[in-house]
Amino acid sequence: MENLVNVYFFGKRYRVPESLTIMKAMEYAGYQLVRGCGCRNGFCGACATIYRIQGKQELKTCLACQQQVEEGMYVATLPFFPLVKQVYDIEKVKPTEQIMMQLYPEIYSCIGCNACTKSCTQGLNVMQYIAYAQRGEYEKCAEESFDCVMCGVCSARCPAGISHPQVAELARRLYGKYIAPQCEHLNKRVEEINRGDFKELLESVMNKPVEELKELYNHRVIEP
Amino acid sequence: MYNYTEEQKISMAKVEKSRQDRLKNLFPRMSAEEKDAVLKENHPDYIESAYENLKVGPNKGDKVLHELAALLQGKPRVDDLKIDLTHPDYDVDVLVIGGGGAGSSAAITAHAAGANVMMVTKLRIGDANTMMAEGGIQAADKENDSPAIHYLDAFGGGHFAAKHELLYKLVNEAPDAIKWLSDLGVMFDKDEKGNMITTHGGGTSRKRMHACKDYSGAEIMRTLRDEVLNRQIPVVDFTAAIEIIKDDKGQAAGAVLMNMETKEILVAKAKTVIIATGGAGRLHYQGFPTSNHYGATADGLVLAYRAGAKLLYEDTLQYHPTGAAEPTQIFGALVTEKVRSLGAQLVNRDGEAFVYSLETRDVTASTIIRECKKRDKGIKTTDGVGVWLDTPMIDLIGGEGTIEKRIPAMMRMFGKYGIDIRKEPILVYPTLHYQNGGIDITANGESGVKNLFVAGEAVGGIHGRNRLMGNSLLDIIVFGRNAGKYASERAKEVSVGKLTLSHVKEFEKELKSAGIVPEKVSPQILPDYRRKDM
Repeated sequence: MENLVNVYFFGKRYRVPESLTIMKAMEYAGYQLVRGCGCRNGFCGACATIYRIQGKQELKTCLACQQQVEEGMYVATLPFFPLVKQVYDIEKVKPTEQIMMQLYPEIYSCIGCNACTKSCTQGLNVMQYIAYAQRGEYEKCAEESFDCVMCGVCSARCPAGISHPQVAELARRLYGKYIAPQCEHLNKRVEEINRGDFKELLESVMNKPVEELKELYNHRVIEP
Repeated sequence: MYNYTEEQKISMAKVEKSRQDRLKNLFPRMSAEEKDAVLKENHPDYIESAYENLKVGPNKGDKVLHELAALLQGKPRVDDLKIDLTHPDYDVDVLVIGGGGAGSSAAITAHAAGANVMMVTKLRIGDANTMMAEGGIQAADKENDSPAIHYLDAFGGGHFAAKHELLYKLVNEAPDAIKWLSDLGVMFDKDEKGNMITTHGGGTSRKRMHACKDYSGAEIMRTLRDEVLNRQIPVVDFTAAIEIIKDDKGQAAGAVLMNMETKEILVAKAKTVIIATGGAGRLHYQGFPTSNHYGATADGLVLAYRAGAKLLYEDTLQYHPTGAAEPTQIFGALVTEKVRSLGAQLVNRDGEAFVYSLETRDVTASTIIRECKKRDKGIKTTDGVGVWLDTPMIDLIGGEGTIEKRIPAMMRMFGKYGIDIRKEPILVYPTLHYQNGGIDITANGESGVKNLFVAGEAVGGIHGRNRLMGNSLLDIIVFGRNAGKYASERAKEVSVGKLTLSHVKEFEKELKSAGIVPEKVSPQILPDYRRKDM
């Protein structure tokens, strides 16, 4: 029999196998999850969770699908947090400093407490990427925030009411659309296809008998 | 440091010892005959006892896995409900069912075309397999490549079974799909001149895998979600579609919805409906673990089937060769194919390579199963057995820092359990990853039921009987936009008749006369992982 540990979901004690993640431990305890469960693999940010180990001061944060249970763990899930998402037209915005001031002025109220960074479930330097956003340095903001899963824990801990994940999302889209260098070979290929340059070749391949296609496939040249 | 067993430690030392030699001497590619043989002998698609023949519906007589048969021939959720179809709660032009990449692309496209669109999803927008696609997205946009070469790679990789007109569309519209995403602000990996950094995937003959580090799907999904929200398209979340509504002309005309928390039943009327409900990994076919998200339970297939739509290749599934086999906490989670694209090899217990790194997924998975089950060269794990994926080779080939820069999500996923993939190999085993088959559609994205469109993983026939890495992120964009375009066009000319669920009653009559007593209520909506002995 596997070792059991005591964990407390919303203050109520359950005994669960110590190898489980918080998410699997909740299911083991009998919860049929609807909220707070998405990809179960650390990418979607649905299962933001806050916990404290009995007798310890520090409040910890994690994704429930990624964190193993521990003895004396007090768990509160945070399946939803009211982030502010401003609406904008990506075709009309420009990657200037003004756009942040206009859409997310609260970022300039950051008091530098670093609670966001300390709480990030992905281990990102959140306060740093907000600083980049304040200065209109969107490339740096985009890079620094790239692994964000938008779970919202940072915002839950922020005394200035900043919606960090949404700020970063705007920065990434500004960078991706306006600042990153244009891809010439892509634009050229789209033009060629629209002109119908590949139509004949593609149709000729498509209309070949399967036996011939098998030959072609099995002897095709593979780029090293 | 992760707490490996003694046996695992001994085996790992052998992997380290043979590394330099394996770097120099690559394992050869298989011939077509060798591939056929390893598939037939080892691939789960060939295990006859896992299948049964459908007894009712458009695919009567066709074989499907037991788990899917139970749902396709299940008891409809609407059965015991009183549903008033005369006062719909929603009335829209285009109803999109599903909040992943395909649904979002469809909604954005239909909205841009001026349609009144609504999205409905049983979890949140973005809780989807799209979010978890790590490796990349294919498009033939480089000088040495062309849509015709892409076509041949995908057609051969799918065992020459893809529907021509669907695959044509997939490869021909691929570059435009990348451009569309790029114009929405998706951050593709580029060099300083703007050229896309592209790699191989299993079965590609050109380096056409575009990526956004190893968060490719996440980056695409969060951008699409942001765009849906910017357009203020209504997203009704935590609401499952439990039945397609038709009208008295036999056209799809909406869906019965169920609030996941309050169980309230709602009726959505629509001129056209798009099913973008994704895959089925959470049905755990043949007992496999899965890399899929929580809601992947084949709901769309069940809805479409009862409405009268035919399925195609619904018997074929993709088992991704490299699911995490250890640690147990992430058992079945996806280890992206990009790890092999970047040079990591598969290695058995004795430190020997047994397959070329970039064979197609079905072939690679079959060789892993053979290595473990037939040749007894696997390594015992907490949940079963696995082989090594020799990740430290990546930095040896690409230079120090390659892993950190190109596959940060993988480094983080294993790092949480004290495994540094830059220094130690990882244990993997095939995991249920993708539904190759699905609902049969025309090139315009329409199913056999009028005004019922389909996009994404719920479609069958785009890839044939196996899918190449990077063609799924591509298909959700190409066919999502495609469905959005044609569903919104159609909506302009549709007049909806009287709403009805009579097709459900008809289907149940068929079940009864076939002597089937349904064991399960369907659609399933979510898996149940509660402790079974409670």
